[in-house]
Amino acid sequence: MQDKSHSSYKQLEQKSKYTNMFLRWFLYFVLVIFALYFIFPLYVMIVTSLKTMEEIRQGTLLTWPSGLNFDSWLVAWGGRGYGAGDTFLKPYFWNSIKMVVPAVFFSTFIGAMAGYVLTKWRFKGDKWVFLFLLFGCFIPYQAILLPMARTLGVLGISNSVIGLVLVHTVYGIPFTTLFFRNFYVSIPSELVKAARIDGAGFFKIFFKILLPVSTPIIVVTIIWQFTQIWNDFLFGSTFSFGEAAPIQVALNNMVLSSTSVKEYNVDMASAIIAGIPTLIVYVLAGKYFIRGLTSGAVKG
Amino acid sequence: MLKWLEKNLPKIVMAPAVGLIGWFVYGFVLWTLYISFTNSKILPKYELWGVGQYVKLWGSRKWLIAVDNLLIFTALFLIFCVVIGIILAIFLDQKIRAEGVLRTIYLYPMALSFIVTGTAWKWILNPTLGIQKMFIDWGFENFTFDWLVNREMAIYTIVIAGVWQSAGFVMALFLAGLRSVEDEIVKAAKIDGANLFTVYWKILLPMMRPVFFTSFVILVHISIKSYDLIVALTQGGPGISTTMPALYMTQTAFHKSQVGLSAASAMMMFMAVAAVIIPYLYSELRRENAR
Repeated sequence: MQDKSHSSYKQLEQKSKYTNMFLRWFLYFVLVIFALYFIFPLYVMIVTSLKTMEEIRQGTLLTWPSGLNFDSWLVAWGGRGYGAGDTFLKPYFWNSIKMVVPAVFFSTFIGAMAGYVLTKWRFKGDKWVFLFLLFGCFIPYQAILLPMARTLGVLGISNSVIGLVLVHTVYGIPFTTLFFRNFYVSIPSELVKAARIDGAGFFKIFFKILLPVSTPIIVVTIIWQFTQIWNDFLFGSTFSFGEAAPIQVALNNMVLSSTSVKEYNVDMASAIIAGIPTLIVYVLAGKYFIRGLTSGAVKG
Repeated sequence: MLKWLEKNLPKIVMAPAVGLIGWFVYGFVLWTLYISFTNSKILPKYELWGVGQYVKLWGSRKWLIAVDNLLIFTALFLIFCVVIGIILAIFLDQKIRAEGVLRTIYLYPMALSFIVTGTAWKWILNPTLGIQKMFIDWGFENFTFDWLVNREMAIYTIVIAGVWQSAGFVMALFLAGLRSVEDEIVKAAKIDGANLFTVYWKILLPMMRPVFFTSFVILVHISIKSYDLIVALTQGGPGISTTMPALYMTQTAFHKSQVGLSAASAMMMFMAVAAVIIPYLYSELRRENAR
């Protein structure tokens, strides 16, 4: 009796072991299939950028390039060297850097201050102020494009990098405030209260107590803002053209310009160049990127 | 004076954020709202004209196509992103080897701009040299895949690229949600004899209600605002078959110089987003107050 039940239990265990193994294989199979699906466009971009047009016409999307041929990259970055109509990414890449750095700095700073006040120097109605700012994360920017275009014109900074810095700083504030506010909420207010009793002032408390522990949220905010602003197309294409355009706009113009034969290898090299800064940040600091995404991710 | 300054310092520090958002968000939306009730063409006019622009908007074939496309896109985008996101999250939650690498792969499209990925997809979906040629070269000689240049099907290419870009994001949200559930709950259910499928279907997924809600809000919000991807992939074409509201708005404003009409379309988008966002913010706030 004892033996029989024991052996059937063993059988059962054996059986569930097989189903389990089958399930694990199935699991990995599905996960790998999806991984291939996600990696496929990146793979195609890279191999296409390394091929000559002749190779592209002869092979398929997946064909391995015959060698490491970076000609299209050079053309995408620096052009062919003949004057008019020769568009390449280098100047626009620098436009984007000049736009991103100040915009990220200002929006992060303003957001940090706002988050600090909203959590540690609470006042009547602060919840409403937060909600007031938060709504700015969600508005469709189409609803502000027309007045913004006019405002930039009146200020004399339309079609300039400075104009784009202003736009990105302003519309980044709701996000940066959200990040800092949610982070500072979790820091015990007792510390701040004690410091206040000791006579520490507003800025001293910020720099001595909050700033030293803020590194993670600063990283999250900078990465988030950097990615959003670098990847922006709507503001860039609406408020700038020609020489002041950021890189995404230049990339789109390059790909759309239908001069002579379509050069897919140069298109792909350009796309990689435009995507590489954010991709590097993502690979190096993915943890912080995901935190930004899941803690306040609302932007389209 | 100094005392007043000290007392009000927090509010003074707060002022730039509130002032900028007040002016550039709320003020500008109100300006757009006002202009949508005027007969502005190239330049804004300030005498009121009534609801003429809205009548014109809803009588425009292009706008109706744009709204139609938005509905198709939103429905498919939501379904595919959520289904793929949940499958990936649940599968990754099974103590998978190399989970970090897989997660990185699923999520990297979110780090790229829609212009970059749109450019890539445009090349992949290209009917002469792209996927179609790949299958023909593999021996499927009658294989055709011309959705990108096909009026009826072009909108689905935008769905393909959009889902590819955003499904990983839904995965990240659900994975975070699943990881926050106490182990005890799962263990207890397993002791009661529930198999893994039942655990997820009957216990864990119903617990993910807030995550479903968040994903829904964010995905709908992304789809209403989608603009870059369409510009990069189809420019609204072939013809006007893949126009969406955001593209309609900018084209009407900056190419057709119909400022009043484009303001009306912008306000329609604004209202659509508000209808989704306000209940969301309200419920989030209530949840926070309850804590």
